[in-house]
Amino acid sequence: MANRIVVDPVTRIEGHLRIEAEIKDGKIVDAYSSSTMVRGLENIVKGRDPRDVWAFVQRTCGVCTTVHAISSVRAVEDALGIAIPPNAEMVRNIMEGALYMHDHAVHFYHLHALDWVDVVNALSADPAETSKIAQSISNWPKSSPGYFSDIQKRIQKFVDSGQLGIFANGYWGHPQMKLPAAVNLLGVAHYLEALEWQKEIVKVHTILGGKNPHPNYLVGGMACAINENSTGGLNAERLAHVGKLLKEGKDFIEQVYIPDLLAIASFYKDWGGIGKGVGNYLSYGDFPVNGYGDPSNFKFPQGVILNRDLSKVYDVDHRNGDIEEFVNNSWYDNYAEGAEKGRHPWDGETNIKYSGPQPPYEHLDVEQKYSFVKTPRWQGKPMEVGPLSRLLVGYARGNKEIQEAVNGALTHLDVPVEALFSTLGRTAARGIESKLVANWTMEFYNQLLLNIKNGDSRMANTELWDPSKWPAEAKGVGFTEAPRGGLAHWIRIKDGKTENYQQVVPTTWNASPRDPKGQRSAYESALLDTPVADPELPLEIIRTVHSFDPCLACAVHLYDEKGNHISRVTNVGSCDV
Amino acid sequence: MAKKYGVRETYYDSAISKGYNRRDFMKFAAFITAYMGLENSLMGQVANALETKYRLPIIWEHYQECTCCSESFIRSNHPIVADIILDNVSLDYTETLMAASGHQAEAAKHDTMKKYHGEYILCVEGSVPMGSNGVYCTIAGKTALDHLKEAAEGAKAIIAWGSCATNGCVQGAKPNPTGATPIHKIIKNKPIVQMPGCPPIGEAMAALIVHYVTFERLPELDRLGRPKAFYGKRVHDTCYRRPYFDAGLFAESFDDIHAKEGYCLYKLGCKGPSTYNACASMKWNNGVSFPIESGHGCIGCSEAKFWDNGPFYKRMTNVPGFGIESSADKIGKIATGVVAAGLTAHSIAANVSKYSELKGRYTRGRINEEKLEKNEENTEEN
Repeated sequence: MANRIVVDPVTRIEGHLRIEAEIKDGKIVDAYSSSTMVRGLENIVKGRDPRDVWAFVQRTCGVCTTVHAISSVRAVEDALGIAIPPNAEMVRNIMEGALYMHDHAVHFYHLHALDWVDVVNALSADPAETSKIAQSISNWPKSSPGYFSDIQKRIQKFVDSGQLGIFANGYWGHPQMKLPAAVNLLGVAHYLEALEWQKEIVKVHTILGGKNPHPNYLVGGMACAINENSTGGLNAERLAHVGKLLKEGKDFIEQVYIPDLLAIASFYKDWGGIGKGVGNYLSYGDFPVNGYGDPSNFKFPQGVILNRDLSKVYDVDHRNGDIEEFVNNSWYDNYAEGAEKGRHPWDGETNIKYSGPQPPYEHLDVEQKYSFVKTPRWQGKPMEVGPLSRLLVGYARGNKEIQEAVNGALTHLDVPVEALFSTLGRTAARGIESKLVANWTMEFYNQLLLNIKNGDSRMANTELWDPSKWPAEAKGVGFTEAPRGGLAHWIRIKDGKTENYQQVVPTTWNASPRDPKGQRSAYESALLDTPVADPELPLEIIRTVHSFDPCLACAVHLYDEKGNHISRVTNVGSCDV
Repeated sequence: MAKKYGVRETYYDSAISKGYNRRDFMKFAAFITAYMGLENSLMGQVANALETKYRLPIIWEHYQECTCCSESFIRSNHPIVADIILDNVSLDYTETLMAASGHQAEAAKHDTMKKYHGEYILCVEGSVPMGSNGVYCTIAGKTALDHLKEAAEGAKAIIAWGSCATNGCVQGAKPNPTGATPIHKIIKNKPIVQMPGCPPIGEAMAALIVHYVTFERLPELDRLGRPKAFYGKRVHDTCYRRPYFDAGLFAESFDDIHAKEGYCLYKLGCKGPSTYNACASMKWNNGVSFPIESGHGCIGCSEAKFWDNGPFYKRMTNVPGFGIESSADKIGKIATGVVAAGLTAHSIAANVSKYSELKGRYTRGRINEEKLEKNEENTEEN
């Protein structure tokens, strides 16, 4: 007799996610992932000026703040045939790189670490022991016994106050918590340090985009004009500030995040065999260095891997019918052609029609539609997207830099390449790519300086700014690799206005319900066979779900009560549209 | 005020634990009373408040939102968020950061609602979908509306974070498919502080919390419920590019020669003239920059219905405060210079009187301290 458990809300994610899992003999035998919030952005952008849409859809998610804006301006530029200046390409890359550094470190410490680090157990650590461990794995200067002792006293005082705040009812003392006390204390100390550091790296967005969250973008380039001889634009002082922040970010990732990740992972190697998932990996590729139209020169290569077979990589095409979305299990009207059919996003529609249980409810009816997330497929197959997919595709494509980074981590942990196909693999991949991206972002920064030195100060191409110069009808696709995985926006423009808009976001790929063939998507699949020590304490479930870094606000679309045809926006990550 | 809840550190405890004695503490209370501009008779109350504070319980709800407000909050530089959540408040429920999930998370919230009934602050991030009986946002099987009503009932006050909670933001833009509704339209019987913005500035968010914890009262609000400290002035009136506007010097297109010089962005659609916020004065992310400084016009994100107030890149035809000027080119020619001399004289006078007032308060504080010293000496001698 299986026991159905419910985890709602899944916390430490973006958005609203509900997991229902069937447990039998201490293992998950079936799982359902449901997104329970919808806003309807795709319908809202319809009829608006395409140059404005980046700002609307940027609000898909405030955690991966920028990626939807990038996808949107790329979609419009693609539709209208606008080539952006090289400096704008570098600035966008720098901003996206800074986002990766921020987002991945915040995910590791503030959204994921409490699944592995026992805060209460850290109180019994010997700070001298923590200091010894810290100094053996990193040159990070904050590592004295006194420093860790002060952190411990502070947490002790906090716990003694009886007001446990965000740590109340955590999974402290759970049998699955396996770190020694000294390592737990290290984790707690760096939780606090990362909380302080993360507010610094985002200043890159503030300088180049005016604020964070939600910096400003521009169709045709960027708004931050360059002027080396004025305070009116980017000058040596502003650029030096960016350089300093990137350098400090790189140091934090290399000296705190990566050593912690490897240290903590070494105690949880069994999670290299848990949370396998669908085994198909999709990467759109990103970080162009020779224009958006030339994916062969992206830092992250593009491709698809099937059935964990790294010997063959398939190409990705956003414009043919390979990518489709289904609504057979989603709270939307079925397409006119029936529940079994999918649609390419250029022809997508999002007509919200809730048919789930009336709240308050105890359980979803999983025999019926059960989520606000649609179900995307590539050539009919479920795909996992995210850091692991990017690294595997890069690895399989023979990218030397990616291969070295991945092999280095595998050697350090002394685990085979198969261990990557797991909860632990996803979490490790996020750290490995953070280091790569930190290095690349310095490259982009240096390239920007070199361009300016060589006399190129262009930042925006405004030749086609005026809608009167646009064709009567146009369509485009803007894809990017968000921190949480492949993200794309499809736009149709008619008479200078947005006619249709659809987003397929990373969390849509990962968190979606089953397709018409009954195939599970990545979350539901990865939860199968996960051991659950105590059904009352769903720690193992949230470990695997968190390894994907959910963004539900991104993943959900928009609907229209009148059943009008609307564009749809989906995000990947922990965002619901 | 009796200590109500178990062990908790007060400002007094904190001073004692740092090696100060009671006399030092009373001197500090005497000084700070005068410095805050309060009557000396209130010194006892100030000392009492400093002695009996506990960490303010906060429940932070998430409904229809994108989490940019939580992200902005953790960007605060002064104070940093670690200090706020460890030292100033007890953040008992927030889906973004809390360790517990599922029913453990909901239990933590209900514990606070019961134990601190009438004492906790409810923060709301996101709007409430009222369409179709609220099915567009459910948490733990219950609608956002039910969660809001339940949490608001025992709250001392409510903080509506960001444009979602204050005006519905992007999901409330036309045609508002889910019936996204701001908090003040649902909860009518509690004080609500409105902190619009997409998101609000992190330091302003932290400052609001700190204000409440420090002074045990809400800051002064304007007629729309916004703290005057952050929403009292237009971006346009505090903008460092304002002189270019007054002189009629404008960027005509992005990245043109004038944009590179940092001219006014009014013609590129800047909504600074109709937007009340502290972006130009406080700036963003610890004062590093703000949208206009980085070359993009203000999109007006702290104003209600800003998504529907016309395209972002379209020039405003009417700049409030200048009458109905149809042309930006004319505005610069308006005789702002006539008042300039008078303004300068006024501001010097104002500065002088402010300085005298502060100096007076400082002196009074010192006198209070000395009196206290004398009293204590006399007491000891007797």
